[in-house]
Amino acid sequence: MINPSDIHRQAETAKLGMWVFLFTEMLLFGGLFIVYSVYRLRNAAAFHLAAREMSIVIGTANTIILLVSSSTIAMSITAIRKNNKRLALILTGLTVILGFLFLINKYFEWGEHFSQQIYPGSSALALRGQGDVLFFGLYFFMTGLHALHIIIGVTIIIVVMTFISRGRIHSDRYSVLENGALYWHLVDLIWIFLFPLFYLIT
Amino acid sequence: MDISLPAFLSDHLKRIILMEKEQENITPYKTFIIVLAVLIGLTLTSVALTRIYLGAITAVAALVIAAVKSSFVLRIFMHLKTDKRMFSVLVIAVALLISTVITITFLDYLYR
Amino acid sequence: MSSQNGTEHPSFYDHRGKYKGIFAWILSTDHKRIGLLYFYSIILFFLTGATIGLLMKLELIAPGKTIVDAQTYNAFFTLHGIIMIFAVVIPGLPAVFGNFFLPIMIGANDVAFPRINLLSWYMYVTGVTLVVISQFTGQGPPDTGWTFYAPYSFRTAGNMIPAVSGAFVLGFSSVLTGLNFITTIHRMRAPGMTWMKMPLFPWSLYATGWVQILATPIIGITLLMVIAERVLHIGFFDPSLGGDPILYQHLFWTYSHPAVYIMILPAMGAISEIISTHSHKAIFGYPFMIASVMAIAFVGYFVWGHHMFTSGMSGTALYTFSLLTFIVAIPSAIKVFNWISTMYKGSIDLQTPFLWAVGFIFVFMIGGFSGLILGSLAANVHLHGTHFVLAHFHFILFGGTGFAFFGAAHYWYPKITGRMYDKVWANLGYLLFFIGFITLYSPMFYLGYKGMPRRYYDYDEIFHGGNILSSMGAMVLYAGIAVIVINLFISLRRGAKAPANPWGGKTLEWSIPSPPPHENFLEQPVIDKEVYDYK
Repeated sequence: MINPSDIHRQAETAKLGMWVFLFTEMLLFGGLFIVYSVYRLRNAAAFHLAAREMSIVIGTANTIILLVSSSTIAMSITAIRKNNKRLALILTGLTVILGFLFLINKYFEWGEHFSQQIYPGSSALALRGQGDVLFFGLYFFMTGLHALHIIIGVTIIIVVMTFISRGRIHSDRYSVLENGALYWHLVDLIWIFLFPLFYLIT
Repeated sequence: MDISLPAFLSDHLKRIILMEKEQENITPYKTFIIVLAVLIGLTLTSVALTRIYLGAITAVAALVIAAVKSSFVLRIFMHLKTDKRMFSVLVIAVALLISTVITITFLDYLYR
Repeated sequence: MSSQNGTEHPSFYDHRGKYKGIFAWILSTDHKRIGLLYFYSIILFFLTGATIGLLMKLELIAPGKTIVDAQTYNAFFTLHGIIMIFAVVIPGLPAVFGNFFLPIMIGANDVAFPRINLLSWYMYVTGVTLVVISQFTGQGPPDTGWTFYAPYSFRTAGNMIPAVSGAFVLGFSSVLTGLNFITTIHRMRAPGMTWMKMPLFPWSLYATGWVQILATPIIGITLLMVIAERVLHIGFFDPSLGGDPILYQHLFWTYSHPAVYIMILPAMGAISEIISTHSHKAIFGYPFMIASVMAIAFVGYFVWGHHMFTSGMSGTALYTFSLLTFIVAIPSAIKVFNWISTMYKGSIDLQTPFLWAVGFIFVFMIGGFSGLILGSLAANVHLHGTHFVLAHFHFILFGGTGFAFFGAAHYWYPKITGRMYDKVWANLGYLLFFIGFITLYSPMFYLGYKGMPRRYYDYDEIFHGGNILSSMGAMVLYAGIAVIVINLFISLRRGAKAPANPWGGKTLEWSIPSPPPHENFLEQPVIDKEVYDYK
């Protein structure tokens, strides 16, 4: 017979492992925040002006998309703990859809910049001046790395959804969903900071 | 308990007690919806603030709001509020570490 | 619990799992087998790196060209650094002895995440493979030094991307090990083993784990930025595009300084175990040893600028980093005093591991004092980039972690292999090693003080005498390494059978058979005594 306190012990261990992993992700992006803060200090005016070219509509929309997706996956844990498998699948499915929506928005946003010859290494960008090169370099690198994490997060949640539908995740054993959700929340957290740094400090 | 129960009975009792303790900790859907509304509200507020010219304080205000939003995500969505305190301590320690490194780096860039 | 001789229960070598033959090793999630997989990989790369070092010393034995040309020499010191730092000394003690002994010393039957443990070894192999590939493809091996400084690292024709990617992957391997160890120590200690009853080697692995987790990602992202510079011309460190090369140095050393604490803390932990056991005495000042290990990990995070004193940082940064560098020396000194106090009035058993431990204290102190000299701003202006720095870090890293690695290898050899090594050859090897080591590195202090730069292929005739002496030391050291390694391998076949507790140690590994059974403990140990409970 499976001892519930064993499952509980294992879940706590897995949770600690996931939090320690999240710390490495925080430090990974932390390095980029160091670079951003130094170059913002040295190119305050240029960063100011460059940020005004960002689409605040897409930025805000994406922020809200991720916040909603965080709430849906958080609620899916409540659903699974209350044995509502159908609702859990709907909520995790919504999270995945919102993740894709974010990426689609990003695609169009980047496309708009590319069409204006703004991309790392472009001569048009170099002509605009060093502050712009750094701002947009940081923008593409940080949001690009973030988008990669969205893709990873979406993949994890899809896997979690198959586990839920096959009964491998259920009300007595949901640590994989919990930890997958933690990863997704981290991706949201990073964007909560990226948004003001690139869209709002004008 | 000072009566010795047969093993299967005491296991069963342990299971019930554990399950009841855990039922107490399930965050209701409503809580998440309310927190989401607060987060969206804070987001729109921070956008509105950029309309007003606050000078140098704009950056600080935007980051303060971001910090407040993060604390909601961390405490409610990521369950730091209901988890063991050790997790919250570690998260704060990591945040302090990153800020300290940025601060020390600025000792170079500010005073060159 | 009585010591068993191991004849009744099969050892982990004889365990029959899901796989057969070589797959029983490379697909095993048993922490003991993974520790040995790491041991063989790391010894292989250590010998490769040492051979390159020997070739460098042969080149430097006389001014002008001796055996290779300048470009090859640059490739040599780059490869030597990458291998020794990322593939040998950083994984070194944690991946080999940490993997093997951490679970055992806390009374567990494995680490928290055994499959992630195996993954970390595969990442290690992938990382070193990428580094090897960088030598033979593209437009020539990397020639930037292991530090990959900008802007040269994105302007050189050398094959940077595989090398930098290899370092990135090796960093990921390190992160996974740290994650596993932190979780294991938090969650899997035996009943009764409170934090303050845990031995010092596990404590050192705990502090190290946090450094691995919190520092390594910074170099990860920095290396990705270097790749973005080379491929996308993104401009972060390119002065012509507005970037600051000094920012690269800040980011690089924000990891690479804590990295040296990843290297030395487990070494100090192993030394504590060896000294306590061979003095038959509890470690003096156990709580202070714990506090100092955590303090070194913490303060060590904030001293990185002492690698950059001549780079152009502000005055404020200069004296802040110098002050913090002096502060971080204090807990290390506490440890040295405590090790010596442990020996005082102990019942000393002059075994090979103890010789390594005493040698460690001697060379580590020389390395440490020279670090304080380098940490002084005025002295640093003259000594930065000279052979003085080389001497400092070889004394403290090779002397520190190297001596501890060989000491640990001999200390735990009976437990791992079930055999005793040949003591005469072991001590002879140590003698050769020690004499070679001192002869190789001591002249470098003088050469650096006199102005001989590092990473230079050629030098002025006035430095010739010191270089001859140093290069002769390299040859003696290399011979010593050969004797030691060959002895350890031959003793696998020819060594006498080892009992469970040849040294009379009090930590948990000595209470199980030599070699251990697959599940480590036949009964779950329950801890009711103090740690290092010698009477």
